[in-house]
Amino acid sequence: MSYGLRVFFVGGLMSYRALFNWLSPWILIPSFLVAPLFQILLFTYVGRAAGLESDRFYVIGNAIQYAAIPCLFAMGNTIGGERWQQTLPLILGTPAPRIPLFLGRALPVVGNGFVVAAVALVVGSAILGVRVPLGAVAPIALATAVSALSCTGLGLVNAALGLRVREVAVLSNVIFGVLLVFCGVNVAVGDLPGWMQPISNALPLTHGIEAARRLADGVAFGGVTGLLGTELAIGAAYMALGYGLLRFFETMSRRHATLERA
Amino acid sequence: MRQALRLLGYGWALHFKILSRSAFDGFLGVLWPLFFATIAFFMFRTGGNSSALLYTSLGASVMGVWSSTSVAASSALQRERWAGMLELLAAAPVHFSLILMPITLAMSTVGIYSMTATLLWGRLLFGIQLHVQHLLLFALAIPVAILSIGMLGFLLSVTVVRYRTAWALGNALEYPVWLVCGFLVPLSLFPGWVRPISWALAPTWGIRAIREAALGGSPLPDLLVCAAIGLGYAAAGMLLVDTVLRSARSRATLSLT
Repeated sequence: MSYGLRVFFVGGLMSYRALFNWLSPWILIPSFLVAPLFQILLFTYVGRAAGLESDRFYVIGNAIQYAAIPCLFAMGNTIGGERWQQTLPLILGTPAPRIPLFLGRALPVVGNGFVVAAVALVVGSAILGVRVPLGAVAPIALATAVSALSCTGLGLVNAALGLRVREVAVLSNVIFGVLLVFCGVNVAVGDLPGWMQPISNALPLTHGIEAARRLADGVAFGGVTGLLGTELAIGAAYMALGYGLLRFFETMSRRHATLERA
Repeated sequence: MRQALRLLGYGWALHFKILSRSAFDGFLGVLWPLFFATIAFFMFRTGGNSSALLYTSLGASVMGVWSSTSVAASSALQRERWAGMLELLAAAPVHFSLILMPITLAMSTVGIYSMTATLLWGRLLFGIQLHVQHLLLFALAIPVAILSIGMLGFLLSVTVVRYRTAWALGNALEYPVWLVCGFLVPLSLFPGWVRPISWALAPTWGIRAIREAALGGSPLPDLLVCAAIGLGYAAAGMLLVDTVLRSARSRATLSLT
C-alpha cells in the first residue's frame, strides 16, 4: 500500500478509534441507538397531533438526519480531539500529505453515520409499522449513505472550526439543531418560510432526505439521481471547504504559535 | 431545619452562578429548545392548527428546563469527582443530599432562561400571545415545576452514580421525558401503557398545572400532585444517597471513575 493510502486508511481508522471515545457501548447505545428512536417518536407524535404528514415522512427524515450526530461529533473529536490530547503539533509536524491525513479521518465517520441512520430507519419503521416497497430498500440505503457522506463534509468544517472554537461539542449541537430545522426533516422545505429555503438547499441532508422519501413513495431510482447528485456535490463542496479551513487554521496557528491555544 | 435551608439556599446561589458563567453553554441552553420549539410551531402552523400554538409554546418552554437538568444532573457527581471535590463534599459535616440537591436545583433553575426565551420566541416570531387566566397560580406553577424537575434531576444523579458515562444516559433521557410528559403532544395520543409512566413523572403534572393556569382550568390539583411527586423524588434520592455513600466508603471507591 502506498504511503498516502496507508495514511488515509490506516491512519484514519486509528485516529477514529483512538479519539472518538463514544465507541464505548455505554455511550454508543444510548446516544446512537436509543436517542434517534425517541427523536423519531417525538416528531411522529407531534406530526400526528398536527395532522400534517404520514409517519413514514418523520421516520425517514429523522433517521437520516440523526446521521449528523456521528458525522458532526466524530469529525469534531477526531481532529479537534488531537489538540486536547496534545498530539496536534506532532501530527502537523509530520511530513504526511494533508489530504489523506484529514480526509482519511472522515471515512470511518461516514460508515458510522450510515449505520446509525440505517438502524434508526429499520427499528423506527418496525416500531411505527412503516412499510416501504422492497425494491426501494437498496436505493434508500444508498441515499442514506450519500447523506452520511455529505454530512461528513459539514463535519469536516466543524472539525476545522474546532481548531479555533473551544467547545466543539456545543458547536456540533448548534449545527445539529440548524440541520433539524432547515433540512426539511419534519417540515417539508416547501412549507418553510421563503428566506429559509435557499439555506435548506445549500445544506447537506436536504436532498438526500427528499430522495429517500421519494424512493419510499415508489419513485424509481432514476427519478432521484438528480437529488442524490446534488447531495453529493454539496457534500464535496463542504469537504473542500473543511479541508481549506483546516489548512488555513494550520497555517495561521503556525504563524501565531496558537496551535494549542483553545 | 434552618441550617439545612440556609445550606440549600447558599448552595443553590453558588451553583447557579457557576452554571451561568459559561456564555457558550448558556447560549446552547437557550438555543437548543428553541430548535425544537421552532419545528413544533412550524408543524402546527402548517397543519392549520393555530389554536394549538399556545399549548405548544407553554410545553416547549418547559422542555428547556428538563434539557438543562437531564444531562448535567446525570453527570453531577462525576463532575465533582473530576474537579477533585467529591471527597471534600462527602466529608462535609452535613447530609450529602443537602450538597447535591442545590446543584441539581440550580441546573433546573438555569432552565428559566430558555423558558423565557421560548415564550418570547413564540411571541415575536410566531405571534403567539400569552394570555394567562390565573396569574397567581401560573406564577406559582412555574417554580413548583422547576423545583420538581430539579428533584427528578437529584434522583437521577444519585441513581446513575455507578454509570461512568452517565451524561450519555442523561442525554438519551431528554427526548423520552419530552415525549411522555406531554410537553408537545397530548397524552391521549399515546398507547394506554405509556400513561402510568407519564403520571409517575413530576414534569407531566408541572406542565399540566402551567397550562391549566394559563389556558383556564383548575391547576391546583396538578400543582399539588407535582409538588408531592417532587418531594417523593427528594425522599427517594436521600435514601439512595446514604446507600451509595456507605458503599463507596466501605469499598474505598469514592474517587474512582
